[in-house]
Amino acid sequence: MWQEFKQSIVVSIWFVFLTFPLMVVRVNTMEDLVEWRWMNIAWVAIASFLLSYLWRYMLARKQVRKKVEEEGGDTRSKLQIMLENESLRFKAMGVLLVAALVYPQIFDTYQTTIMISALIYVVLGLGLNINVGLAGMLDLGYVAFFGIGAYTFGILNHHFDVGFWMMLPVGGMVGCLFGVILGFPILRLRGDYLAIVTLGFGMILKVVLENWGSLTFGPSGIANIDKPGLFGLDLSLANHTIYIYYIMIALVVFTIIVTNRLKNSRVGRAWMALREDEVACIAMGIDMARTKLSAYALGAFWAGMIGVVFASKTTFINPASFTFMESAIILSIVVLGGMGSILGVILGAFILILLPEYMRAFSEYRMLIFGASMTLMMIFRPQGLISGLRQTYLYKGAKEEIDNG
Amino acid sequence: MAENKHKLLEVKGLTMDFGGLRAVDSVSLDVHEGEIAALIGPNGAGKTTFFNCVTGIYNPTRGDILLHPKEQKTRRLNGLKPNKVTEMGLARTFQNIRLFQGMTVLENVMIGRHCRTKAGIFHAILRGKTFREEEQQIVESSYQLLEKVGLGDSANEFAKNLPYGAQRRLEIARAMATDPLLLLLDEPAAGMNPQETSALDQLIVKISTEEKIAILLIEHDMKLVMNISDPVYVMEYGKKIAEGSPQQIKDNPKVIEAYLGEEADA
Repeated sequence: MWQEFKQSIVVSIWFVFLTFPLMVVRVNTMEDLVEWRWMNIAWVAIASFLLSYLWRYMLARKQVRKKVEEEGGDTRSKLQIMLENESLRFKAMGVLLVAALVYPQIFDTYQTTIMISALIYVVLGLGLNINVGLAGMLDLGYVAFFGIGAYTFGILNHHFDVGFWMMLPVGGMVGCLFGVILGFPILRLRGDYLAIVTLGFGMILKVVLENWGSLTFGPSGIANIDKPGLFGLDLSLANHTIYIYYIMIALVVFTIIVTNRLKNSRVGRAWMALREDEVACIAMGIDMARTKLSAYALGAFWAGMIGVVFASKTTFINPASFTFMESAIILSIVVLGGMGSILGVILGAFILILLPEYMRAFSEYRMLIFGASMTLMMIFRPQGLISGLRQTYLYKGAKEEIDNG
Repeated sequence: MAENKHKLLEVKGLTMDFGGLRAVDSVSLDVHEGEIAALIGPNGAGKTTFFNCVTGIYNPTRGDILLHPKEQKTRRLNGLKPNKVTEMGLARTFQNIRLFQGMTVLENVMIGRHCRTKAGIFHAILRGKTFREEEQQIVESSYQLLEKVGLGDSANEFAKNLPYGAQRRLEIARAMATDPLLLLLDEPAAGMNPQETSALDQLIVKISTEEKIAILLIEHDMKLVMNISDPVYVMEYGKKIAEGSPQQIKDNPKVIEAYLGEEADA
């Protein structure tokens, strides 16, 4: 601690020295005066000291944690331990669900709309989590499937007046289908190469959407897409928002259940094995092509399905909604939340989507803060906010031990 | 060598070229049921390449790899994908440990059960009775395997946190989870201390006698090889230069030459 304190003092003095001409001296050319702004130097000193100290403190903590981990110790945070307690987890989930259900009754339409977009990103994050978090396939073009789902609904709705409920599963299926089609060329790729090819997919989709005017109406997009119907009732805008909100809650719950079940199954374990070591994975009798394709297609399924909801919610889609930026945000949600962790991804989505909404005052600095926080995250907590929970299994041997003891 | 034993693996004239380099040059080798065969040779002799050909990681340039499972028809393994080879009944470990580091010890073994179980995506989502039964059966059999290799207590540890010797044993347990007819061990004793090596020695003998799994191992630890294996095959520069019982190998001048070099002509 003392060491870090001293170093921070040195850093702070050095910063004072460096910024002195800029921060303190100001020459007023109009009146031929030199202003000495001594207060500024104090701010520089305090800020640089605090930042440097915090930085060093965090690094030191990381070192300690690493050491404990090497010695086989427990490095889980209190939150992590709490999350691994199953009954507590269920109670917490119950409370959250109730809170989610009463939310639109308490808050106004604006808040509900924001929450809907956060929930959309929760599902997208959970879908991408299958690719990136579980199967370890870095996908930078995930938004392509989102766009495919949205446009499938938009086009079919425009020409054939197909309704939302019909298209919800169809959108997922179409996403899935494209996942398989695009999955074949990437079977042999891994790591960076895979990332670049998927990045290309995302770009291609956007170019196709912009230029295939006869099908997609080009950059002007498709307007007047139907909102989801409720037994033919005529809902007001506010009520419709609430309705879509509840649809999203149901979809989120559905997604959580399905991805959780997939994760703790033979298929999910094969995905994780693929992430850990490809060669060992095939040597253990796992069909790599099938496993990769299934992960890719299932990831795409959620994007396709949620694309339908997105189109229906905004009633207007154009290619500008499906840029690389969206892919980057979805990927950031997964990485920030914790790869492979369902709870982490949900938390990540709320942080990354809700914070910018509520901090509109700082909107100019949004990307700056975004980049800085991602960098810090990778340095201090590369496993994300909540790392994947360790799955434990009950086996007869253990039960006998308890009986004997 | 007992001729009455059932021949399990038959490799005939296996050749593997990498461009102009012949890494394995028409090597023939048989492994019979119940045998612990060893493949030895100086570094770079082509032993691991031979393994990679047999297990499907490389597609050999020439030669035949035939598997004769008892009471089933013979299968040719050339050109099959590694996962198919494993399904046929050949499981392997790696020279440099390749565990699934971020998964628990038990999960590592459970992966080995993958090719012997069937549950697909829809089973996983619906969680029917068959799925839960199969899942429980995977857990139980994996745990039993862990007990066998002496890792029952650390079932829920992360694989990366295991000590080195235990990681080696976990790799063997994982390979055994695929219900193999033949287990191929690539330098299982590499980097182990004498105690760990002798424990491994016992484990390999136990697998061979109790589980009735034939074993082919690559090893540099001569003590281990001479103690437990028969027959021994020796490779040098991609060619097989000798085969026979450990005693025959010890006395074979070609082998001594390969390991110690020729006597200087003065």
